[in-house]
Order: sequence, then structure tokens, then C-alpha cells
Amino acid sequence: MPSTFLEWVRFFVNEYGLYFLQGALTTLYIALIGTIVGFLIGLAVAVVRTIPIEENDSFGRKIFYKVVRWILVAYIEIFRGTPMIVQSMVIYYGSAELWGLDMSPIVAALFIVSINTGAYMAEIARGGIISIDKGQYEAALSIGMNHWQTMEKIILPQAIRNILPSIGNEFVVNIKDTSVLNVISVTELFFMSKSAAGTYMRYFEVFFITCVIYFVLTFSVTRILLAVEKKLEGPETYIIHGSQTVPEAVIKGEIR
Amino acid sequence: MSEFIISVNHLQKNFGENQVLKDIDFYVKKGEIISIIGSSGSGKSTLLRCINLLEKPTSGTISFHGKDIQSKGFSLSEYRSKVGMVFQTFNLFNNLTVLENCVVGQMSVSKIDRKTAEEKALRILASVGMAQYIDAKPKQISGGQKQRVAIARALAMDPEVLLFDEPTSALDPEMVGEVLNVIRDLAISGLTMLIVTHEMNFAKDVSSRVIFMDDGVIVEDSSPEKIFSDPENDRTRAFLKRILNPEKDPGLQ
Repeated sequence: MPSTFLEWVRFFVNEYGLYFLQGALTTLYIALIGTIVGFLIGLAVAVVRTIPIEENDSFGRKIFYKVVRWILVAYIEIFRGTPMIVQSMVIYYGSAELWGLDMSPIVAALFIVSINTGAYMAEIARGGIISIDKGQYEAALSIGMNHWQTMEKIILPQAIRNILPSIGNEFVVNIKDTSVLNVISVTELFFMSKSAAGTYMRYFEVFFITCVIYFVLTFSVTRILLAVEKKLEGPETYIIHGSQTVPEAVIKGEIR
Repeated sequence: MSEFIISVNHLQKNFGENQVLKDIDFYVKKGEIISIIGSSGSGKSTLLRCINLLEKPTSGTISFHGKDIQSKGFSLSEYRSKVGMVFQTFNLFNNLTVLENCVVGQMSVSKIDRKTAEEKALRILASVGMAQYIDAKPKQISGGQKQRVAIARALAMDPEVLLFDEPTSALDPEMVGEVLNVIRDLAISGLTMLIVTHEMNFAKDVSSRVIFMDDGVIVEDSSPEKIFSDPENDRTRAFLKRILNPEKDPGLQ
């Protein structure tokens, strides 16, 4: 049996390496899917919430929008206002009890993380949308674009670029917070670590390794996101077409 | 069919307690070039913004070829594409290149295919002298260039009327000329235009009609020759005196 700290660490890495790897991959998988789906939910919620209600809209239409907005606000408030660990218990056991749904832990995990992230993303996306200059919106309307076209072509591309740091933040939070899903027996990194540690009653050594793995995951993700952000900035320069110094540009810029 | 492209009847607009437009009536015929002048806060811009419904009128009607633009079933999107708007602050789409700025509306609103849209955008950009810059982003070009692209963007929709909301007010003095020249060319081409402006010489040169607004009403509406040489109303006279001879303004001494 190993006796020192380092020996134990080496022992767990050798014996439980695949175990940790599987846990880390599950964690990454849930965090990634949860962030992407959550982002899409948040975007949809924010776009619907920013549909302008016009004075001359019909009464039915006004009521419809008001009800939809109310439901969306309720969703955001409830999922932001309760801990994800509690949401996991309620949704996982509640769905079995109430509707006899036999969700596998991983399906439940994906659902919970997505819908929880969606609530946060909805506010992040709404912030991104309202931060775009009103003139952009008016210019789009003035050439005849409707709310959806304006959102798709003009507002969202700018808003998403602006909220990218916050989206990255949510991703990192999700990598860490998937650990709470061990309460519904999702075999993510924390759950795997706990069972490995429990077998030998060596909590410090195992969770030291776990800690390193979490950090490597989050740190790599933030680096990758930074690179993506840079890429989205686009080129700083442009070609002046028809310029003498760039003859090939003349062809593309030729006036037909 | 009405002989007027745009008719405005009893238009009123309040912002809260503040009445910005008080019972405005006016008509635009095809080919007219109407300059709207007046001091800040007289309601000129609000009138323009009501015409394409960026502001909702508090009361009154606005008709396009005799059809009430606020009636149910009226295609606001089609109307807006036919009544283009050029803004004081340009409002080019920041995420798109110069070319894409002039293509996006054609493709999404008029459902024109990309190739045709790009060809048309290029032709129009060339006519405003911006064909060289099709790949530039708005942040990479000057104010005067931005405004020329903004005009091209509106023109790409084949408008029947163009609304200009102080198109040169946000420009450095040396860039005002290039934008006014583009508008002058459009005037010659016969496009119907409504221009809110502080450039009196320009208004005098290009307009077929000049409207003077003050305190939410149209005070005077006549030919540029008449307004600039022999205005009927005292308020018009006072305004023109103030703006044409600023150094003689007693308020500045």
C-alpha cells in the first residue's frame, strides 16, 4: 500500500486514470451541451422578450405578448433564484413521481444544465441586445426589415460578439457546477472522484487530482474562447479595390 | 390613386406632455425636392420620423399613394423600403461591410438573389464614389464616406421617396460638400426627396419647395426664391436673419 501523499497520488493516477478521464469527459460533455443549448434558449427568450408591442396592435396580440413575456420572466426568476442542486433533485425525482418519466441521470443532467443556463443566458443576451445602438435597429426598420430579420442579420451578430466573454464565463461556471449533479448519480468528475476516494478512504489525495483536472479544463476553455474572440474581431485592414498596388483586387471590385 | 405620393393630415405628436407636432398638413408630389428648415426643437426631425413610422403619430393620418399607412393590412415593410431614410448619425450596420450594407435589405426585404443584389449595390456605390471601399467596415471609413454609403443603402431599395434627417449635421466641415454633392446628383435625377437641413445655401439651390417649421407647426411653405428673398411670416424672417448672419445676432454679442 502507498504511504506518502505523492505515492497515493501516483497510485490513483495509475489505477484510476481511466476513471478520472471518463468523469472529466462526462463533465465536459454536460457543460458543453448545457452551455450551447442554454445559449440558444437564452437567445430565443431574449429575442421574444424584445419584440416591441405596438400601440395599434390588436388587443388579442397585446394580451398574447404580455402573457408570453410573463411566462418567460417567471422562468428566468425561478431558475436563477433556486440552487441547481435543488433543481436537480426536484426535476429528476419529480419527473419520475409525477409523470412516471424514467430519465437516465445523464439525460436529466443535460436537461437541467441547459434550462438553468438558459435562464442566465436570457438576461445576458437581453443585455447584449439592448446595448446595441438604437440607430442600428432604426436603420434596419427604415429599409423595411422586420423584427426577426433585424435581429438575425444586424442586432444578434453584434450582440453575440459583445456577450462572448459572458458566454465563456457561463461555460466555465458550468464545468464546475456540474459537480452538483452527483446528487442524482451522474457519473461526472466529482461523482467518480468520490467513489474512488471512498474505496480507499483517501479523500485529500483524490480530490487534489480532481482539483487539478477541473483547473486544466476551465483554463483550456478560457484560452480557447479568447482565441475565438480574437478571430471574431475580424481583420483590421481592408483592400481598396482598383488600387494600383493591389492589382488582383481590381478584378473583384470591378464595376459590372 | 392620389396625385400625391405622401399626404399628411392633421398630424399630431406628443412626447408625454410635450406637444412636438401640432396639426400638420402637407403633401408631397412626385419629383418634388422639399427642404424643411427651422430651429432645433421645431419638430422637423419628428415629422420626418413620423412619415416612416419610426415615431407613431399621436393622431392624424399619413397616406402613401392615398393609402393610410397606419391601417390594418398595410405592408409597413414594403412601404419603408419605398420611403428610404438617411440619418444624421449614418447608422450603417456595424457588423457588415460597405457592400453588405447595401445588399442585406435587397436580399431580405425584396427577396433579390445575391448576385443581382451585389451588382446593383456595386453600381450604386460607384455612383456615390464608394466602389473602392466595398470591403471596408463602417468603423474604417470617414464620416462623409459613411453617409455616402448610407445613401447608397437607401437607394439600393429603389425608393420612391428619400427622407434625409440632417444628413450633414454630424460631419466635419470639409466632408459636408461630398455628401451634399451626392444629394444634388439625386435631385437632378428626379428622385422625390424630403430634406431636413441647416444648410441654407444648399436648400436654396436644390429645393423645389421650402418648408419653414417653428414650434410644431408649418409656418411657411413656398418656393425657395420666395422664402429666402421675401418671406411672408415674421418668424421666418427672424429665423433666416439669425441663421444667415450669425455674427449680427444680438444674442451672440
